[in-house]
Amino acid sequence: MIEAGALAAAQLALLIAIAPGVNGLIKTLKARLQGRRGPHPLQPYRELWKLLRKDTVVSARASWVTRAAPLVYAGAIATAALLVPALWIPAPLGGWGDALALVGLFALARFALALAGLDQGSAFGGMGSSREVAVAALAEPALVLALFAVALRTGGTDLSATAATLAALGPAAITPGQLLALAAVAIVIAAETGRVPVDNPDTHLELTMIHEGMLLEYAGRPLGILVWATLLKQTVLFALLIAAFFPWGIAATGGGVPRAAAAFGAKLLCLAIGVALAESSQAKLRIFKVPELMGAAFLLALLAVVTDLVLA
Amino acid sequence: MSGLTLGPLPGLVLSWRLDPLGAFFALVIVGVSLAVTIYALGYGRHWPGRPFLGPAYLVFVASMLGVVVAGDAYTFLLAWETMSLASFALVVTDHRQAAVRSAGWVYLVMTHAATALITGAFLLLWRATGSLSFAEWAAAAPRLDPVTASAVFLLGLVGFGTKAGMIPVHVWLPRAHPVAPSHVSALMSGVMIKLGIYGILRVAFEWTAPGPAWWGVLVLLLGAGSAVLGVLYALMQHDLKRLLAYHSVENIGIILLGAGAALLARSEGQSALAAIGLTAALFHVANHAVFKALLFMGAGAVDAATGTRDLEHLGGLVKRMPATAALFLVGSAAISGLPPLNGFASEWLTFQALLVTGRGAPALWLALPPLVGGALLALTGALALACFVKAFGVGFLGLARSARAAEARETGRAELAGMAILAAACVALGLGAAPVVSALGPATAALAGSAMPAGGAVLHAQPAGVIAAGSLALPWLAVAVVALALAVPALARLAAGPVRTRVVETWACGVVPQPLNEYTSTAFAKPIRLMFRDLVRPVRDVDVIHRLGTRFVARIEYRSGVAPVFERYLYRALTDRLVATARLLRQIQNGSLQAYLAYLCAALVALLVLAR
Repeated sequence: MIEAGALAAAQLALLIAIAPGVNGLIKTLKARLQGRRGPHPLQPYRELWKLLRKDTVVSARASWVTRAAPLVYAGAIATAALLVPALWIPAPLGGWGDALALVGLFALARFALALAGLDQGSAFGGMGSSREVAVAALAEPALVLALFAVALRTGGTDLSATAATLAALGPAAITPGQLLALAAVAIVIAAETGRVPVDNPDTHLELTMIHEGMLLEYAGRPLGILVWATLLKQTVLFALLIAAFFPWGIAATGGGVPRAAAAFGAKLLCLAIGVALAESSQAKLRIFKVPELMGAAFLLALLAVVTDLVLA
Repeated sequence: MSGLTLGPLPGLVLSWRLDPLGAFFALVIVGVSLAVTIYALGYGRHWPGRPFLGPAYLVFVASMLGVVVAGDAYTFLLAWETMSLASFALVVTDHRQAAVRSAGWVYLVMTHAATALITGAFLLLWRATGSLSFAEWAAAAPRLDPVTASAVFLLGLVGFGTKAGMIPVHVWLPRAHPVAPSHVSALMSGVMIKLGIYGILRVAFEWTAPGPAWWGVLVLLLGAGSAVLGVLYALMQHDLKRLLAYHSVENIGIILLGAGAALLARSEGQSALAAIGLTAALFHVANHAVFKALLFMGAGAVDAATGTRDLEHLGGLVKRMPATAALFLVGSAAISGLPPLNGFASEWLTFQALLVTGRGAPALWLALPPLVGGALLALTGALALACFVKAFGVGFLGLARSARAAEARETGRAELAGMAILAAACVALGLGAAPVVSALGPATAALAGSAMPAGGAVLHAQPAGVIAAGSLALPWLAVAVVALALAVPALARLAAGPVRTRVVETWACGVVPQPLNEYTSTAFAKPIRLMFRDLVRPVRDVDVIHRLGTRFVARIEYRSGVAPVFERYLYRALTDRLVATARLLRQIQNGSLQAYLAYLCAALVALLVLAR
């Protein structure tokens, strides 16, 4: 029991600690790809530290929803971080929730934040909330269908078992169905983390922002909590991608954690490079073009399911 | 189990029995009715002089119980008709308004068309078995010939599906539920439509043997269609009760997805898998009854406090009616399928049922419907979340959009007590999902021939012996979320010290924010309206009215809505045929006395010839 608690605390601390660094790395890589020097990779830590120490400003129109939302958001995402196996199998709370529980916890976080966007009576918040829930509605079917495709091969929706099965298969884990599902999940993750081509994480332009719109009325410490939790969500989604598609090197119960940490770090670096390349090479889509992209993700996931069923 | 007979008329006996499935539905009816009745004690005070808990209400609740304990077709139809008529009387409580009368008529006609189909199914079963007893139908099910079985299944599916509000036979539901008094809407939407599901389960699982695979595929298609279209139509509504009514269509779709997966697995002879789908469907029946009744009662409280159900005229109620808002929020989170509440538990089970049914299917065309159904369930869940962010965010948060909303007063104690009971049930059914699933064992075992294994506090989606299952322990997830949510501010304070909070006006680009600046319900749903326009067919109408003879604009009128696709293409054709046939028959009634005497004479001769 104590050991399990320590493992859970260790994984959570690790993911929380590296989340800003992963984003800093992406920003630096992006800047280099675009011929800029860009910020220091550790810049996100400095910004978060500044925000967490700052006094906060709350709207006179806001209700308790505005105050509770960052906590529910952070609590749900931190719990989700314990459902994914990162360095070792099983995930700390693996027996308590599966991939669908992870999707549910993200929905809980989204619900809290979207309500907060409407709480202060500002048009920007409503705009952000409205777009966030619309984009999520398009992304979720593709995500669930892709998770089903993976589950068809590995037996179920349990992420620890999925990672264990795929890690044991080695290179044989790479199948056409798995690659198609990977492409679908990658597109969904771009939408869920508010990245190009769905949203632009670097903009505060009112007509284009989605995620930032909901955060507009937050300041100081609550904003810091929200930003950090959003970065954690991105890292958890990366960890989900790694666990469900290329978990090789993950430590089984017992030993091999240093090796697993090296493998995990290398995979995160690859993902960061991939994100930087994707964000530098394409423009943000008009919001009403997003359904086409998500439709493509859905079709890829459907093809993954069909391929799995035909080849099984 | 045990039969009890009572005779209202000589020669006719009523027969009653209580089996596990009936007991489950009876529990749902009694539990929700109890909370709704407590609510109505206070709610009725807003409209003095009207019999809010009068005879029609009591007969309605009693006849719903009668439906689930009826032991033969005669008793069942008697209870079913009583229920339909009592609910019709309740729907037209405000019968002085033309809109209410028209909604009532649509309901009355459709419910009787449904009863005709159900009676047809019963007559087919009577012809095949020579009995009206449900127990004998169940015993004779394996001997039913396949064509009769399919005919019974289709008649039952459409007949009971009409009562359940399944698309495309749902059109009465969004009309009737909003116009009824809110405690009646709560019972009709929460409980009565579930009796349609009760009938479908009896027909498909008990009175017929495992049927062909297309039964399951058909139910999956109808379920997915009802779920997705129901929630999309809900998103287009601004009337809070109409929005909730469309969500009933959606949730019936989710229940049918579970039932369809179970039917498909059953036709493949996999009773362990069928048990998962059936458990999911039954669990969602109870869950939807609880949160939908809660939400309708909340909508009634808002209506009573503000005089409007139009979201565009609400807002800011979280401060004026804090308890109602908190209870409505619990219902909203539950219906949106958020952990750790009950909606998530049954939707999770439905996902698992669809996944294992798809994986166990022997052919590709049987595997794809459940798996794609899972994706459409995800779409439905995400859209339901969007809709309830809209309903709660626009209705209760932000600034009040009308004077009545700005002066709303908290609702009474009885109303709050009724809602609080169901809100507590939302939490209890979520945290207690695993014991609930064990308790559903006898009912699923009776229908599917197998029950889900009990797993303590953890819900396991797979029959014992299968590895790599999905599992869910909502109590522990709830503890984790709450503990971590509380730890966040504590850790921030520990690491970075205390901070102060300043209260200022919302930033509205330099002006004082007005209700007009807020996002409206229409604006909130606009991205979804445009993204799914091929499905929902939105229409809009802009009239620019000029001042006479000038180019000055006096007024701009903007109307938006959804094209009535089903009414226009399906029901129009039917009613046109009906009217044309009636016209044809009218020629008999030509007003000539001689002709009528001739009819009489002909009838007399015919009777004499026949009776000779």
